Amino acid sequence: MSATYELSHLRALESEGVHIIREVAAEFERPVLLFSGGKDSIVMLHLAVKAFTPARVPFPVMHVDTGHNFDEVVAFRDRMVAEVGARLVVASVQDDIDDGRSVEDTGPRASRNRLQTTTLLRAIDEQRFDAVFGGARRDEEKARAKERVFSFRDDFGQWDPKNQRPELWSLYNGRHRQGEHIRVFPLSNWTELDIWQYIAAEDIELPSIYFAHPRRVFQRDGMWMADSPLIDRLEGEEVEERQVRFRTVGDVTCTGAVESPAATLEQVIAEVAATRLTERGATRADDRISEAGMEDRKREGYF
Amino acid sequence: MAEMLRLATAGSVDDGKSTLIGRLLYDSKAIFEDQLEAVERTSRERGDEYTNLALLTDGLRAEREQGITIDVAYRYFATPKRKFIIADTPGHTQYTRNMVTGASTADLAIILIDARKGVLEQSRRHAFLATLLGIPHLVLCVNKMDLVDWSEERFEEIKAEFRAFAMKLDVHDLTFIPVSALKGDNVVDRSANMPWYEGGALLHHLEEVHIASDRNLIDARFPVQYVIRPQNQTDHATHDYRGYAGQVAGGVFKPGDEVVVLPSGFTSTIASIDTADGPVEEAFAPMSVTLRLADEIDVSRGDMIARRRNQPHVGQDIEAMVCWLSESTWLREGAKLAIKHTTRWSRALVKDLQYQLDINTLHRYEDAVGLALNEIGRVTLRTTQPLFYDEYRRNRATGSFILVDEASHTTVGAGMILAPLGE
Repeated sequence: MSATYELSHLRALESEGVHIIREVAAEFERPVLLFSGGKDSIVMLHLAVKAFTPARVPFPVMHVDTGHNFDEVVAFRDRMVAEVGARLVVASVQDDIDDGRSVEDTGPRASRNRLQTTTLLRAIDEQRFDAVFGGARRDEEKARAKERVFSFRDDFGQWDPKNQRPELWSLYNGRHRQGEHIRVFPLSNWTELDIWQYIAAEDIELPSIYFAHPRRVFQRDGMWMADSPLIDRLEGEEVEERQVRFRTVGDVTCTGAVESPAATLEQVIAEVAATRLTERGATRADDRISEAGMEDRKREGYF
Repeated sequence: MAEMLRLATAGSVDDGKSTLIGRLLYDSKAIFEDQLEAVERTSRERGDEYTNLALLTDGLRAEREQGITIDVAYRYFATPKRKFIIADTPGHTQYTRNMVTGASTADLAIILIDARKGVLEQSRRHAFLATLLGIPHLVLCVNKMDLVDWSEERFEEIKAEFRAFAMKLDVHDLTFIPVSALKGDNVVDRSANMPWYEGGALLHHLEEVHIASDRNLIDARFPVQYVIRPQNQTDHATHDYRGYAGQVAGGVFKPGDEVVVLPSGFTSTIASIDTADGPVEEAFAPMSVTLRLADEIDVSRGDMIARRRNQPHVGQDIEAMVCWLSESTWLREGAKLAIKHTTRWSRALVKDLQYQLDINTLHRYEDAVGLALNEIGRVTLRTTQPLFYDEYRRNRATGSFILVDEASHTTVGAGMILAPLGE
């Protein structure tokens, strides 16, 4: 603290995030926090813990599980949720496939990414969640740049980008009818670099796959995909061992790694600050569907 | 320590606003190669002669198809000195509501003027809205200077014209910068084409403008957001803990301060100011903290903690300027709406619409019967519970409210509170 009463940008972002999370806890009956084990959801859970200290986080944490996980991430998820003393809800994409609500793609490029929407909406419906925290950031993608902090979803979980509620000051309007819900994005104003700087400042633990490690990978569409029994390789895709790290953590089948020597937080921050590719552009096959890939999925109810 | 600056940009496609933002992001290296490639590809497909940096900010399918900006888009970039959040809003008349949304939290507004066209009705409207929303710093970028042969005379002409208009507004800090967003002159780097201009480039101004003193550090205000009670029977350390969580809305709080809790009027002193990182010696806006009081008094969400000797107005009759944001309904006398002010929800009756303000001419229509979408007027509200408020121009956090339709639950109005009658 200084006599000039200035707040660093990280503290200002933290304060905004905490305010948003407390606002939801105060106004909603059944909030839930989406947690993938990725860095953004880890930071979001960290903010939730800080918001209610010394009390516990007053809502459960939910993982929408494609079943195609990195083992390190699932182990990390279970440990972290236990540490903060929150209840973990796992909504399984496999259950929806087994019950015929979702139909799985086939072929070497098959991914369960899009199927997560069905599972997420079913879980929201079944558990009657009225506010759903997501770790999405506006800097990630251009459809997300237009998203509100409190983002209204209709009975079908759909987002209507042309008909969003005006959002002024920090006066959030979470009013809704039964069956509708609000997606809440406490990290809206954070950039990838802010997230990493905050992780360093707060000494937050991350799954090991964010740091450089040797891994058996193969190249597809300019990305390094993990060699995994969950992905069928195309002809000519040769597996080799490389020093890689992941910039985002999603489903094994659609998350690519980048070649990197960055094994420590400081090295990762230096790399992020100098990189010339967005994290989604570099490593997310799911965003390469079309120019409006994210917009379309968001309209359907995706994260 | 990097500070955060929130800025709003206003202007239409023709002013080159998106190009200016694209240029700011591009030249400060906040645009990534894959984003640029996508823009280059789309520019080629559309047949644009040059890489259309405007496409960087137009995110939705309909926007790209129609070449317009529909909604507020948020953009981020940083220099070693500051982190910037841009609320990019469209300029057309019908999108006043977006400009109001984007401007509500801004420290600074950039208004673009086409050097060939000079000060238009639209420029005046943007300047008025920026001052109505209490944005402390206004930057007028006179764009397309390349198309007027970098003329100092033209720049001075526009300056004089705008200054004459700004006299009628409550402008604290007004800066003029001649730029060419398309060519990059005076955006990130100083222009070699306009040696007569002695000021800095836009980015330099954004990095240097002094914003710390814009905040109200005098009137201590703490709207209680959430009561933290661990209620853990086994943990004796926190068993009796009762903390009032919230975000400081004004002034500075310190342990030992004598405070009053509204509406009860009970007084106490601050026992400690807690954060998850431990207690702190002072808290100021916009810090989120948890206050503990020395006395056990009843405090709940929606209450306001203030200094005993410096209290906000308390009242149910609220004078305010309201901007109407709904397409499907009107603001009319007799209407009943939900109102959210700080952390308090209440209901409000529109008692009186005193006048509608023409935002282009500043003319007051006292015979107006209602406010439609994008219209602004002065109203008197009667709330079902007292609000604890300050004038908006004194404190944006305790002087603002939203109005919500009780049937559709959508946000239909934005209000800026004026001094109570009789003051």
